Amino acid sequence: MKLSRKKIEELKETARICRRDILRMTTLAASGHPGGSLSCIDILVTLFFARMRHNPRQPKWEGRDRFFLSKGHSCPALYAVLSRAGYFPVEELDTLRKLNSILQGHPDMLYTPGVEVSSGSLGQGLSIGNGVALAAKLDRRDIKVYVMMGDGECQEGMVWEAAMTSAQHKLDNLCAFVDYNRLQIDGWIDDIKSLEPLQLKWESFGWKALIIDGHSIEEIWEGLMEADRTKGKPTVCIARTVKGKGVSFMENQAKYHGMALTPEELSKALQELE
Amino acid sequence: MEMLGTRDVYGKTLVELGRENENIVVLDADLASSTRTSYFAKEFPHRFFNMGVSEQDLIGTAAGLALAGKLPFVSSFAIFLAGKGWEPIRQSICIPNLDVKLVATHGGITVGEDGASHHSTEDFALMRVLPNMTVICPADGVETEKAIREIVKHRGPTYVRLARPKFPVVLDHTYQFQLGRSFTLREGKDLTMIATGIMVYNCLRAAEELDKEGISAAVVNMSTLKPIDVPAIARAARQTGAILTAEEHSVIGGLGSAVAEVVSQNCPVPMKIIGVDDLFGVSGNADKLMEHFRLTYPYIVEGARQLLGMK
Ligand SMILES: Cc1ncc(C[n+]2csc(CCOP(=O)(O)OP(=O)(O)O)c2C)c(N)n1
Repeated sequence: MKLSRKKIEELKETARICRRDILRMTTLAASGHPGGSLSCIDILVTLFFARMRHNPRQPKWEGRDRFFLSKGHSCPALYAVLSRAGYFPVEELDTLRKLNSILQGHPDMLYTPGVEVSSGSLGQGLSIGNGVALAAKLDRRDIKVYVMMGDGECQEGMVWEAAMTSAQHKLDNLCAFVDYNRLQIDGWIDDIKSLEPLQLKWESFGWKALIIDGHSIEEIWEGLMEADRTKGKPTVCIARTVKGKGVSFMENQAKYHGMALTPEELSKALQELE
Repeated sequence: MEMLGTRDVYGKTLVELGRENENIVVLDADLASSTRTSYFAKEFPHRFFNMGVSEQDLIGTAAGLALAGKLPFVSSFAIFLAGKGWEPIRQSICIPNLDVKLVATHGGITVGEDGASHHSTEDFALMRVLPNMTVICPADGVETEKAIREIVKHRGPTYVRLARPKFPVVLDHTYQFQLGRSFTLREGKDLTMIATGIMVYNCLRAAEELDKEGISAAVVNMSTLKPIDVPAIARAARQTGAILTAEEHSVIGGLGSAVAEVVSQNCPVPMKIIGVDDLFGVSGNADKLMEHFRLTYPYIVEGARQLLGMK
């Protein structure tokens, strides 16, 4: 299956709107994690607006595909997508991180419709995805499980424990993404604890490992199609991305990992995203 | 009022210690900019190890460095150090009784907006229950510097809990930190408030309010939670006949529990434990959360009144 030109343009437009949402809500909250939200947003948009079977009016519908945001700090991206998909009013984004908001600083399934599990401590999402994928196999339920991880997150041992589990159980109903923006909080991954050769690592753990451009809707889509075609093993898309993507002065800057833009920076950034 | 960030003071003190003691090495897990171990990293890059997002590896590596004769200071956020690191801390540091200093920042709920996943209201309980472990939570920046210097002299596993926001300074610069000794900041007759961390300041404010009502409250800074100052607690019980504890931690397993263990078995008197109820955190600004979780001074005043009713 191929995406139509029109659909691709539509997804790009949604991603542009979501990028604006991410920046606005974090500046209003005066905190939060814009950098890693901008790097994974194109993948989230493609999943929620083109690929996944889900129903915003029935967030707990049993037949839905599941998305787990293991790199929970990037929840502004998830909240933007969920609100634009209709899980809750877009106005809620203005309450991010404030007392009594449905939008917690890290995802909390008890507060936010559409959030599949609470996260924020890195390294745990793939194991949870495995659990759901195993249950789907037991129940003979035809659903897909998607897990989004960070590259820094892949320094957690638990990620690799989980990677062995997915392969052991031939979880071809699971597809993971690594948001490979090459940055973590304290700097470049390669200067702190390199993951390379990352594709070979995943392959040697029994996975189908693809390298894609995480900002190209076409390549994200191709990765998803390849994951569907792959039988007998899980698939990981190592997505080459840029932290802060879409705003010139944020791109590849570690400092915007956990720092919101000032109101002045925000208006400059929003101009770039007109 | 002077305000100091306990983590800022930690970062600076670590650099000074690094100059004095070549044996000190520092490890972090991708939070060096927040824990302020980045200051040490800048001055002593070859004695600093950023382990990446790998807290368990962080603990094990520190244990190895200690085995080989180094003096490791290990930092991350409290939830990831004490929480994610707990079993390796137990197995590889506490059972072999190794000299590793665990200094956690971002303790409690004043972490604020990051919410439940990042709040740490269980770390006193988690660390206190480990044999061989010493547990410290300084009241302010002044005490942080003294405590960090003092633990270098002490041998054995040590956990120090610091905070994200700046705190009011309650101790003057002549204050001497003594491991295992509490410090009375204010004398009183009707009850004793025993507190740790930011709650020391909140208790001092509560004591001023109570004073206006003619209630005389002593305030004790219990910065060493373990080994706890048993004689001071027994004295407080004897002299004032009622004890209130206050901590930015769950009411289960922390300072209140530690004091109750002493009081109930040595000198039973009525007690009131002020802390975070048995609930997870929520996102919000740190000051609002202190109010939300009923840790501000009016709630301490209310708790003191209830306590006096039990006397
Ligand atoms: C277990 C754990 N340790 C530390 C942190 C603090 N932390 C939040 S984000 C982050 C860096 C993550 O880097 P990466 O996965 O590459 O995220 P991205 O660059 O995509 O935002 C760290 C260390 C955490 N949330 N969880």
